[in-house]
Amino acid sequence: MATQHSKSAARVMISPAVIFLLGWMIVPLVMTIYFSFLDYRPLRGVKECCVGFQNYERFVTSSSFTESVITTLIMVGGILLITVIGGILLALLLDQPFWGQGIVRILVIAPFFVMPTVSALVWKNMFMNPVNGLFAYLFKFLGLEPFDFLTQAPLFSIILIVSWQWLPFATLILLTATQSLDSEQLEAAEMDGAPVLSRFFYIILPHLARAITVVILIQTIFLLSIFAEIFVTTNGAFGTRTLTYLVYQRVLESQNIGLGSAGGIIAVILANIIAIFLMRIVGKNLDR
Amino acid sequence: MGSITLNQVTKSFGEVQVIPPLDLEINDGEFVVFVGPSGCGKSTLLRLIAGLEDVSSGMIAIDGNDATQVPPAKRGLAMVFQSYALYPHMSVRKNIAFPMKMAGVPQEEQEKRITNAAKVLNLTDYLERRPGQLSGGQRQRVAIGRAIVREPAAFLFDEPLSNLDAALRVNMRLEISELHNTLETTMIYVTHDQVEAMTMADKIVVLHAGVIEQVGSPLELYNNPRNEFVAGFIGSPKMNLIKGEEAAKRNAATIGIRPEHIGLSTTDGAWQGKVGVAEHLGSDTFIHVHVPEFTEPLTVRASGEFSVRHGDTVYCTPDESKLHKFDAKGLRMT
Ligand SMILES: Nc1ncnc2c1ncn2[C@@H]1O[C@H](COP(=O)(O)OP(=O)(O)OP(=O)(O)O)[C@@H](O)[C@H]1O
Ligand SMILES: [Mg+2]
Repeated sequence: MATQHSKSAARVMISPAVIFLLGWMIVPLVMTIYFSFLDYRPLRGVKECCVGFQNYERFVTSSSFTESVITTLIMVGGILLITVIGGILLALLLDQPFWGQGIVRILVIAPFFVMPTVSALVWKNMFMNPVNGLFAYLFKFLGLEPFDFLTQAPLFSIILIVSWQWLPFATLILLTATQSLDSEQLEAAEMDGAPVLSRFFYIILPHLARAITVVILIQTIFLLSIFAEIFVTTNGAFGTRTLTYLVYQRVLESQNIGLGSAGGIIAVILANIIAIFLMRIVGKNLDR
Repeated sequence: MGSITLNQVTKSFGEVQVIPPLDLEINDGEFVVFVGPSGCGKSTLLRLIAGLEDVSSGMIAIDGNDATQVPPAKRGLAMVFQSYALYPHMSVRKNIAFPMKMAGVPQEEQEKRITNAAKVLNLTDYLERRPGQLSGGQRQRVAIGRAIVREPAAFLFDEPLSNLDAALRVNMRLEISELHNTLETTMIYVTHDQVEAMTMADKIVVLHAGVIEQVGSPLELYNNPRNEFVAGFIGSPKMNLIKGEEAAKRNAATIGIRPEHIGLSTTDGAWQGKVGVAEHLGSDTFIHVHVPEFTEPLTVRASGEFSVRHGDTVYCTPDESKLHKFDAKGLRMT
């Protein structure tokens, strides 16, 4: 198939698409980089060229930067933890034969189809509202003081909401991985005297390792840019300001485009570092 | 330390009864082969003994103790699966050590047994490899190694050689037989290949649709098949089964004669026919002779040099003393 000739022909053929995509990607990136070196505040009519790394310096040295990085890490880490562990447990559960399996599987996947804004609003108003929320009713029913989730544990509440959205994704991928495990391996382990927990840790978990790394990689990429859930629930208050949200505030609330762009570039660099790091782990896992 | 008794054991999957009530006695140290056509319930029977399937009714006793409700790990049996079922993320050494680790065998003892098993099975150079880096035969040996180190009361093999090529299969067949001679442990071996059954077994159990057709030593089955099914199943190539006038002449519904018990001549004999296909194996030649009175061609063994050509007329004479007679129900007549 792949002779020299057909290879070069293929290159020519796909070049329009590649050039188009590259342009699509590079133009905004270059614009952002360009803005990040300007002192650009449109509302005040300031647009001065070439302030050097001043914007970067200001963004990084502001106290909210470190805070937002830590918040981002906690948020992403917490969501990954909940979705991966919950996903494994749900996948193992759904893999068992039971009546109504097909319907239950579809129901489990349903949250993934709800838009982030909608689900965050539903959680905020229907479940976590301290006066009318279902949790408030539950607490009152048990004779307890209603708990105001979004003011008393805002970060945890957002982690909960986003985990709920991403759990189906993790479950789905891990379920297919579980189903691909050769049942004879489990039977062999059973005959070798491995009780249920050992079978899980020695056979099932190593088998799922690849799927877990894939889930972590994909989710991290998407979770680093969580926005709607924070916007709808806390507006970035109470220590829920992630890096993405900080950039948004700099650009739109303080109307400082130069500073925001610098933040955006920093976020891209940080995300790439994490991605390279994760790719290494995945690569190591995929080798086998 | 490895006798197994099945007493009126049955197994149903939903409505379908795969194993009707079945009795079987396996003595300590025996090499027993379950043989039968595909789908006859050999694997199911083995899995019942292993405890991987629950019996629908009946009793399984191991060493005289009722083991019907005992979980597989506690039965003291080791199983080698058709797919080998090695743990892909563990090295060969860890694979072999796994059952001992689960049983809490001390480290030095583990090392000793692994070294021993590796020596017996020629695996010493491969201990640090992953199963994915081994050939089929080597994987097979790792699976056997994993079974050996447990020092089980009996080994269960489910078609362990069916994924190997012909030459390797012959080799592994010998190795397993040799292993049985050294260990002197009970082995139950499932196969649908009757050559494997004949060459390896002390005792063959012929199964057909979940029913035991006959139990006996290879030669017993070969010389005295209890019914038509066993007669047709054991022996390669198959026994010729003849119905109709020739059978009636001998007061039977069916007569059977093995290819090696028919004399062949170009001049005179009992049955006249035309030569069809000839299969030359070097030492022997199997000739299909189309006799007009019979519905199916006769398979006849001739010595390697016997040369005939397609369409030649030949005469076949059965050795009357080696003739098997079966009644209308297919049972052997004495
Ligand atoms: N889990 C199951 N559910 C329903 N039917 C089953 C199940 N396992 C086996 N069977 C049926 O039981 C019968 C015997 O199956 P088994 O696997 O024991 O055959 P086998 O003799 O091992 O055949 P082969 O030589 O092809 O391996 C088959 O008809 C099969 O369809
Ligand atoms: Mg089978």
